[in-house]
Amino acid sequence: MQEYKLIGNKPTRHGFGEGLVALGERNENIVVLGGDITGSVMTSYFAERFPERFFSIGIAEQNATTIAAGLALSGKIPFFSSYSAFAAFRNTDQLRISVCYNNINVKIGGGHSGITVGPDGATHQSLEELSLLRTLPNMTLISPCDYNEAKKATLAVGESFGPAYIRFGRSAVPSFTLPESTFEIGKADIYHEGTDVAIVACGLLTWEAILAAQELKKRRGINARVINCHTIKPIDIHTITSAAKDCGAIVTAEEHQVHGGLGGAVAEVVVKNYPVPMEFVGVKDTFGTSGEPDELIKYFGLTWKEIYSSALIAIERRDKGISSVRYPKEIAPIAEELK
Amino acid sequence: MEFNIEFSKENYPNTPKQIEELARIALNTRQDIIKSLFLAKSGHSGGPLGISDVMSVLFFAGIMKYDSQNPNWKERDRFVLSCGHYAPVLYTVLARAGYFPTEELLTLRKLGSRLQGHPGLDSELPGIETSSGSLGQGISIAVGMAMSDKLLEKNDRTVFCLTGDGEIQEGSCWEAAMSAGNFKLDNLCWIVDNNNCQIDGRVEDVMSIYPLGDKFQTFKFEVIEIDGHNFNDIIAAFNQFKQNQKNRSGKPTVIICKTKMGRGVSFMEDNYQWHGNPPNEKEAIQALSELI
Repeated sequence: MQEYKLIGNKPTRHGFGEGLVALGERNENIVVLGGDITGSVMTSYFAERFPERFFSIGIAEQNATTIAAGLALSGKIPFFSSYSAFAAFRNTDQLRISVCYNNINVKIGGGHSGITVGPDGATHQSLEELSLLRTLPNMTLISPCDYNEAKKATLAVGESFGPAYIRFGRSAVPSFTLPESTFEIGKADIYHEGTDVAIVACGLLTWEAILAAQELKKRRGINARVINCHTIKPIDIHTITSAAKDCGAIVTAEEHQVHGGLGGAVAEVVVKNYPVPMEFVGVKDTFGTSGEPDELIKYFGLTWKEIYSSALIAIERRDKGISSVRYPKEIAPIAEELK
Repeated sequence: MEFNIEFSKENYPNTPKQIEELARIALNTRQDIIKSLFLAKSGHSGGPLGISDVMSVLFFAGIMKYDSQNPNWKERDRFVLSCGHYAPVLYTVLARAGYFPTEELLTLRKLGSRLQGHPGLDSELPGIETSSGSLGQGISIAVGMAMSDKLLEKNDRTVFCLTGDGEIQEGSCWEAAMSAGNFKLDNLCWIVDNNNCQIDGRVEDVMSIYPLGDKFQTFKFEVIEIDGHNFNDIIAAFNQFKQNQKNRSGKPTVIICKTKMGRGVSFMEDNYQWHGNPPNEKEAIQALSELI
């Protein structure tokens, strides 16, 4: 474990685009399919570098996904990328039958994910794909926390066998992992040690979790364990179970619906192996709306403050044996503290 | 009467044949389909019977390049069954080609069988190129395979793909068609089984797909329309496709096969009620008595 510091701001999609080029250099079987928005999801880097291995499929996510299956069945390692709003939903049937049931080497890059796509509004703010795709057998599901991790995740899925989906965002987000930081598919990383409460996060909310842990320590002397659970499937059962045993209270945090995504995946592990009180930070069963990314993060309650409050609630529930859900009313005093 | 179901062990070589020999193979194929569906007690009768003539030519007249003893042979042509519910006819021709023992046809749709209700790659049945069952996907897979062969590997392999006609109501089929024309996939042969039947009725009553040939033409296809029960027509169509590929025509080929659903069994023929049903014992006996 090491202390993580802010080292800059960069979109995760850049890590994806650069990771693809690096993969292309290493392996000539890497092929990329474009869905018209290649300059947005940064597959344009690959297209420029390897034009003979890049194919523009147009605005046709069903076809692109299934063509990718045909390429994979021919020994290629195809990546198809579009916005998550289209690359996980428009083609779900194709992902289910042609990709996951076939259990072949198709990789999907879901760009512009989550609320931080911003002004485009609800139609483009995918908040459900982790829940949706987590139910597909054979699927690997990764939500990297920053630029460096996105690049490493891209390389990792390109060099391991099977269907995979990587989730990226549009906006520049805090960079804090280093090129030499470890990354292993299915192995969650502990970013902040503690045994008072565990915060399990992925994607953008990982940085917020680190901030929350720092504030909990500073303001309350609470030692929170921060776990970057970048791989939602296969979930790291060992790290999560240990966190439940060591801390006795868990908060999950994700830029995604609270139902069925990271929170759901963690809850399944906790309930089965070592039940402890859990709180969930995420979008609460509602669609998004237009706004600037930093406004929306606050509007939907996806900042360190909600993680901080949730941690206190989880701790209180553990200590007092309270099983009922207490917010939003009881959260007011904490909100006052955070003003 | 006692009804004994047996499958002969006969395999057919993949070589140019006289029409009479192909007709006998197609007839045996239909018998196999009836027997396996009767034993399965569920499954699709009409489509597989209707396309048996075309499948017999494709697999046993030297059209398609394959080695049943080496299913993953790198130079093989590939056959993608997009309409997964036609599985019984695919299983039959694969067994008769020698991919697996013909006795295995007894296990269609049974627990633990490699002969899944719709083909599944996970069953590891030799000769199966992909899972299929959700309509409109196999053709895109075939496009991806043809892209790999023509644009990346630059080899002279061929990809054949069979879809139904109701199937092409799926919009993704036309995404596939657009891309096949766009990428000039003259190594792709799309076979449409135009029996004009789907579960709810006649294709034009459910949702008309016509005019069909014109549609494919505007999608930059070489269009061949044939009587799917005329062996001379079928052979000529495949040969024309192969010539197009050899000449690097830059156009994918579609062979629209006019067929009769349930062909060869009087009470099933051209009757869409037989899309998704198996014969019961009485019906199977009757069907087999006609298929001689």
